[in-house]
Amino acid sequence: MSRAFTPKVVTANALIEGDVVYLTATGEWTRRHDQARLFTEQQAAEAALSAASLQVADVVGVYLADATEGATGPQPDHFRERFRATGPSNYAHGKQVDL
Amino acid sequence: MYHYTDFDEAFVRSRVAQFRAQVERRIDGALTEDEFKPLRLMNGLYLQLHAYMLRVAIPYGTVSSAQMRQLAWIAETYDKGYGHFTTRQNIQFNWPALRDVPDILEALADVQMHAIQTSGNCIRNVTADHFAGAAADELADPRPVAELLRQWSTDHPEFQFLPRKFKIAVTGAAADRAVIRSHDIGLQIVEQDGEQGFKVIVGGGLGRTPMIGKVIREFLPRADLLPYCEAIVHTYNRLGRRDNKYKARVKITVHEHGIEAIRADVEKAFRRIRPEFSGVDQEMLAGIEAQFATPSLRSGATTAYDTAYQGDPVFRAWADTNLTAHKDADHAIVTISLKAHGATPGDATADQMRLMADLAEAHSHGELRISHEQNVILPHVHKADLPTLHAALSGAGLGTANVGLASDIIACPGMDYCALATARSIPVAQEIATRIDELKIEHEVGALKIKISGCINACGHHHVGHIGILGLDRAGVENYQITLGGDHTETAAIGTRMGPGFAADDVVPAIERLILAYLDLRDSADETFLETFRRLGDAPFKAALYPETRARHAA
Ligand code: HEM
Ligand code: SF4
Repeated sequence: MSRAFTPKVVTANALIEGDVVYLTATGEWTRRHDQARLFTEQQAAEAALSAASLQVADVVGVYLADATEGATGPQPDHFRERFRATGPSNYAHGKQVDL
Repeated sequence: MYHYTDFDEAFVRSRVAQFRAQVERRIDGALTEDEFKPLRLMNGLYLQLHAYMLRVAIPYGTVSSAQMRQLAWIAETYDKGYGHFTTRQNIQFNWPALRDVPDILEALADVQMHAIQTSGNCIRNVTADHFAGAAADELADPRPVAELLRQWSTDHPEFQFLPRKFKIAVTGAAADRAVIRSHDIGLQIVEQDGEQGFKVIVGGGLGRTPMIGKVIREFLPRADLLPYCEAIVHTYNRLGRRDNKYKARVKITVHEHGIEAIRADVEKAFRRIRPEFSGVDQEMLAGIEAQFATPSLRSGATTAYDTAYQGDPVFRAWADTNLTAHKDADHAIVTISLKAHGATPGDATADQMRLMADLAEAHSHGELRISHEQNVILPHVHKADLPTLHAALSGAGLGTANVGLASDIIACPGMDYCALATARSIPVAQEIATRIDELKIEHEVGALKIKISGCINACGHHHVGHIGILGLDRAGVENYQITLGGDHTETAAIGTRMGPGFAADDVVPAIERLILAYLDLRDSADETFLETFRRLGDAPFKAALYPETRARHAA
């Protein structure tokens, strides 16, 4: 029995700034979670992960993270990914003010 | 203070140049991340959740005013205007960009600082009692020995690829302020028959398997220190497990082989190694010691202090919590709290760093310390200066009178910054401190250590907190486990887990119930939280933590 596949985004950190980035539908990297491409099929997600992992000059630590389609685009499922998409909670730093 | 020799200077500069070239090769693609990662870690550069993080060593916690100003400048120029002081006497910058890091390291080298061996499976930054060289209860200043160990361990060819990281802490006082029983090697300067030497403790550690260190030698003559430490690390390098990262620390080696077997092996290695040390190290130590001489302390009346203490209740409250006895009765050791209620524990803005640097210059012989409890110390302040100092600190949000109290919380970066975290720790600390301030009870409660980690690695020392809080991920929700009865001092103990964890919203009320229960349970105002816990055991505290269960039992 194959379990239902949880939709995923491809995410990483930008090499120079360290910023959290997401792969878009056009194969670029965006800093906005809601602009990421949401993969609904395991095979496509894994293929995108392998391809993105080769972009060593742009990004570090590529992986797949669970996400759900929302009104404005994909939203993170797990609280860790929510923090990555917004920034730290003790200061108004990072994406919550930069984007 | 220790000043770099030409050798130190050239070494640090060459490491900066080397790293600059490595960063360039990473950016232009000549190095892959797999190749680059160990190189950046060797230079203290981590990749965290939102950005890179640079960890800068503050050896044995001592910094000069000039160095503190440079840290402020770096925070402002390359970061977001602040720095985070940690439990291992480091400062961390949370937002540097990769291509700026070589310039930051260059700026650090300009003031004789670096980030070497703040990461990786090597001997890390050697830590020491933050009151070293000033405390009234001290037998000898532990920092010269810490510096000797640093020189011996830096780039030591045999010890660059140990099974796992290796941490050493030294204290010169019986009162353990350096957490030596939670380190791989803990050293305490002791005296026997009029001769100074060391009590050597090995195999302490926190993390997923917390252990209290065991005494391997009750008395080690002073001159035998380096060969004996080398024998310990050598034995560990040989026996330590490399098959399982979680069993690789020396605490596990000691646990699995037993302290007797380890002692026998170490003594054997020591007999072989000892003749290789011809005494050059002892000559070096003598030279280092001269650099740590106590500054020439001023004499003079302390009337200004006495007057303020009698007349100003705010000053008195601060003096009662934030001052420690200096070996010179006219002086005091001042702990500056980086724990303003509701602020991030251990953070200081660039302006605050500069102010502390200026105040250290004016009142503490240009010297500051960083404590493992994430506060800053001015070690040598004449008592007559204290009212002025307190006023200046209070004007900059640095006058909080809470050192050693419930809101003087240690918290690791947790999931606000750390890539390994399973939950946040900073907001929990902020909320507890804010609540304690609302209740206005911390002076009545007295000595209480709350320590919070955002995962089992225990960087926030939760195992040795009187109240320890560990943040976990339970099915995609932050959950906090509470341990009680931990102790980081000479009476070290690992805390006991009380029961099921608490959701983020429930943890602050749970801590409040614990503190109020203690006030009811203590037999007098002199009995501390830890003493009450030791006298009564878990049961009454569990009842306070889990009132529903009690209600159910009663029903
Ligand atoms: C944010 C980046 C950090 C990372 C990746 C990190 C990683 C780790 C890991 C993996 C361990 C467990 C080691 C083991 O038991 O083998 C550990 C332990 C520890 N770390 Fe961190 N840590 C970080 C931040 C900090 C900070 C900010 C502090 C100081 C506040 C700190 C101080 C310690 C201490 C005291 C221990 C436990 C003592 C021990 O058993 O060594 N770490 N850290
Ligand atoms: S305890 Fe865990 S969450 Fe906290 S700093 Fe250490 S590794 Fe990160």
